[in-house]
Amino acid sequence: MTESASATAPTTRAASDSGALLQVTDVKTHFETDRGLVRAVDGVSFTLERGKTLGIVGESGCGKTVLSRSIMGLLPKRGVVRSGSIVFEGRELTDLGPKEMREYWGAQMSMIFQDPMTSLNPVMKIGKQITESIRQHLDVTKEFADELAINLLNSVRIPEPEARMKEYPHQLSGGMRQRVCIAVALACGPKLLFADEPTTALDVTVQAQVLDLMAAQQRERYMAMVLITHDLGVVAGRADEIAVMYAGRIVEKAPTSELFSNMKMPYTEALLSSIPKLEDATHTRLATIPGRPPDLVNPPAGCKFAPRCAYAQDRCREEEPPLIEEKPGHMYRCWFPVGTPEGAAALERNKREGVVAAVALAQAETL
Amino acid sequence: MELAKLIGRRAVQLLVVLIVVSFFTFLLIRLLPGDPTDAIIPFGTEEQKRLLREDLGLEKGFFEQYWDYVSGLAQGDLGHQYSSGRPVSDLVEQSLPISLQLMIYAQVIALLFALPLGVFAAYRAGTKSDRAINTTGFALLAVPNFVLALVLSYFIGAELKWLPTSGYAPGWLDPLFDPSRSPDIGDHIRYMLLPAITLAVGQIAIYMRLLRSDMIATLQENFITMAKAKGIPNRRILWRHALRPSSLTLLTVAGLNVGILIGGAIVVEVIYGIPGMGQKIGQAIFSREYVELQSYVVVIAVLFVLINFFVDFLYSVLDPRIRRARATT
Amino acid sequence: MPERPPETALVGEIESPEEQIVEESIEGGLLGQSAEIEAGAVIAGGEGRRRKAGLGFGAWLAIGWLVFIVLIAVLAKTGILTWGDPEESFGECARKGPFADEGTADGFLLGCDSNGRDMIPRLALGAWTSLLVATGAIVVGFVIGGLLGMLAGYFGGKQSRIGGVIAGAFVGAVFGIIIGGVIFAVAIGLGDVLAGVLGGVLGAALGGFAGWRKGDLDTYLTGIFNVMLSIPAIVLALSLTAFLLGSAEEAAQGGGLPPELVLIIAIGVVSIPLVGRIARASALSWAQRDFVLAARAQGAKHARIMVRELLPNVLPAMFSISLLGIAIAIVAEGTLAILGVGVRPPTPSWGNIIALDRGNLFKSPHIVFEASLLIFLTVLALNFLGDVVRSRFDVREGGI
Repeated sequence: MTESASATAPTTRAASDSGALLQVTDVKTHFETDRGLVRAVDGVSFTLERGKTLGIVGESGCGKTVLSRSIMGLLPKRGVVRSGSIVFEGRELTDLGPKEMREYWGAQMSMIFQDPMTSLNPVMKIGKQITESIRQHLDVTKEFADELAINLLNSVRIPEPEARMKEYPHQLSGGMRQRVCIAVALACGPKLLFADEPTTALDVTVQAQVLDLMAAQQRERYMAMVLITHDLGVVAGRADEIAVMYAGRIVEKAPTSELFSNMKMPYTEALLSSIPKLEDATHTRLATIPGRPPDLVNPPAGCKFAPRCAYAQDRCREEEPPLIEEKPGHMYRCWFPVGTPEGAAALERNKREGVVAAVALAQAETL
Repeated sequence: MELAKLIGRRAVQLLVVLIVVSFFTFLLIRLLPGDPTDAIIPFGTEEQKRLLREDLGLEKGFFEQYWDYVSGLAQGDLGHQYSSGRPVSDLVEQSLPISLQLMIYAQVIALLFALPLGVFAAYRAGTKSDRAINTTGFALLAVPNFVLALVLSYFIGAELKWLPTSGYAPGWLDPLFDPSRSPDIGDHIRYMLLPAITLAVGQIAIYMRLLRSDMIATLQENFITMAKAKGIPNRRILWRHALRPSSLTLLTVAGLNVGILIGGAIVVEVIYGIPGMGQKIGQAIFSREYVELQSYVVVIAVLFVLINFFVDFLYSVLDPRIRRARATT
Repeated sequence: MPERPPETALVGEIESPEEQIVEESIEGGLLGQSAEIEAGAVIAGGEGRRRKAGLGFGAWLAIGWLVFIVLIAVLAKTGILTWGDPEESFGECARKGPFADEGTADGFLLGCDSNGRDMIPRLALGAWTSLLVATGAIVVGFVIGGLLGMLAGYFGGKQSRIGGVIAGAFVGAVFGIIIGGVIFAVAIGLGDVLAGVLGGVLGAALGGFAGWRKGDLDTYLTGIFNVMLSIPAIVLALSLTAFLLGSAEEAAQGGGLPPELVLIIAIGVVSIPLVGRIARASALSWAQRDFVLAARAQGAKHARIMVRELLPNVLPAMFSISLLGIAIAIVAEGTLAILGVGVRPPTPSWGNIIALDRGNLFKSPHIVFEASLLIFLTVLALNFLGDVVRSRFDVREGGI
């Protein structure tokens, strides 16, 4: 938990010379629907190095799931418009067809899904689901694959792995199922792991265990991880860098400690303040972010968060703020950022005028 | 242990069905106006007819006749034909394997076509090929059995003369029932092909649509995406991951469909001149052979329950969740 | 100055429509079905969500055909327009027609049957007979099966003493008659009728008692349905028809019930469990919803709830099944005709037109083909409409 504070090497901006594992540049994913073009992901860029964890945070509908699937390439064929560059270990993935991508899936990059109940095939034995992946990518005998699977189950702390191999998913508890999913994902030793809301469907007590497990595996295997969640608390201690997404774009990105101590985007602030804290007095009103996420087909002009922002001014509604990097490693999009004189003034103005978001924020002021 | 429970349940059901079915067919048929003796000795005197009726046991009380019949059934005696005196069990022996083979062939053909078509249509859902398959299936559903039989009979039998339109040769199942019949597989297939296809066509349409919609639903499940994320090729995903959970409904319907299949077999047998049980049922009704008809109906009912039991069993094999659910009940 | 009132919920719970689209397309789009989901295309069996308003082109076509055929049938029956005499035979036309070996006959567009009767009026009148029988049968099934099914679904699982008693008594009586009758008549030697009545009364008492204790109407009804479904429909219909029609001699004397009625009863009875099951499943799922509970809480009586709350919701499913059922009934009439049972000549029905001239198939195929085509088109139209109705109302719950 504390290592994240020290492991904050700033991510570089430059292109392929960085030696990074994954380089995502201006990725866009749009869906063609009856209502129009849904801009689920609208220009996302980041870099990730081996052994590091990137946390992607945002509400439902912000595009974080689509982003992860886009990078892995798990999108449907029809009705999808993709653009941008995804470079993995120096190779441009967007050029590859499904056959070639299949060699990456499972072996180079893996994914863990939100609901372990439905991510495992209910009519297939656990052992089979693990060894299937192994035998697909590695040229080994059945016995070897079985052994490997048992070892994997061991490493994810599942008791009596030999017995488990022959069982079915419904015979295991939720936490154990998620561990199995982790085992499946890690079976072939991928270099990159996407964890899409891995703990949302689990009991609170189990969540920490699973997250710890993932972190341990990551350390052992020197694996890069992208941790996707709507819960800032989950990434707080476990990511090296956090990217906050809204309406298909990254609105703030910084190393973890920097983000928490020095956040700039009002959205980030609002997210943070909506988390109930133990130190709060009883019956403290929780701050909510009023309004709804924007319509991805017809997004509002200007800053996408403006309609719900406590700091929003006229300029915000007219002009979209670009992504600026004030301090190296810390990027954000805002005209009136938190913690700046302009920002504070904007907030005061709004409070006086009774702008709902500002009032809500004020009432929940615990920062 | 759950197997024992299952057997128990089905046994009770069998018993209930047997009792109810046998009684009601007995009742219905006894109430049929028309005296079998009229058909047997149409020119006999009243006295002769009365004696014949006594002989046949038709003069006894209603419940007594029923009891006779049922106790006979329990011992495997299915009664005798009035006109010829032949034991009905003989007739069943002769005709049941024929009908069974017909139904088996029809189901096999239907599944053979429906499975790949259904999987393919699900894989390509929403595309032109999918819509084409769907529309064809829909149109085929609307064609009644007898219409198809007559049409096929005409075009393939009369015009093109590829296959015979009536007649029969023993197949592999016949000797099991009646050792004196030796199979003539070549001819057997020639005679059975058209009838089997006729029966199968309607089934193909039903199964294919069912499988397709089930598969589409299954393919949307998370574990399919997971499998893809493991790098498993599409073909394997379709056949080894998606098919099994989707086949449950298909199985149920295939099982329930046996009833419809039997009905269809009756018509097909009549039109194609196949001497199966269906044809015999038609004849029995016509010639007022009460006992014979009753026994046929009872045999069919028993068959039906047995098949449903088999379907139940297959269910738990296919879906381990059901196995476990059964074990805990 | 005043802004929109604050919306509810903590971060992370609001799901915009776009999110849903996107999520759906991800999940479903794996092997290429996103187009289907997003376009709202209809999955076979009508389970998709249609976004189009109004019926499609196909539906109107189907309705058009059905209206047409019903019109023809009514016109023919009432004698307003008969296009000729269905019973008059023209010697020179016999067995002639399109595709026939003997060639076509002048003045007879669709040819004649083997008796030289003009096909057109026969087919028109046949339409009336077949449609009457089919619709009548389904009405029987709809009313009885629907009622029973709704009762079963509504009371299913609930403690309904009365319902349980009635159903229990009924089942008990049946078994009582059977088993009791045998025992009393054979073992004790009572007369048939006495034995039957005694057995029935005893059985009813026992069954009623069991029903009262258990109070589950549903189990009994589904049990009855299942037993009815154990006999293949055709066999049951065949037996019923044969029974109700009486022997050939009686018919020749003009006795017995009219065949059309017989068919309606026979096919209707057979369809009761089929409609009943659907009605029950539908009623069951609706009855468990809160609005029914709310109505009860306001003191509404069972009957009132069933009529005002349940019925309107169950009707669409039943309606769709009825359309399909009529199609099946038309085919059933044809099948029974071929098996030698059903509408008596000279009254034509589509079924017996085919049955009568089945033997002439090879030489004069037009007879069979014309009637078959009519059946096919009508069944197709009914199937299509039934599907459309089903998908419109998204009745996934009405499934078996």
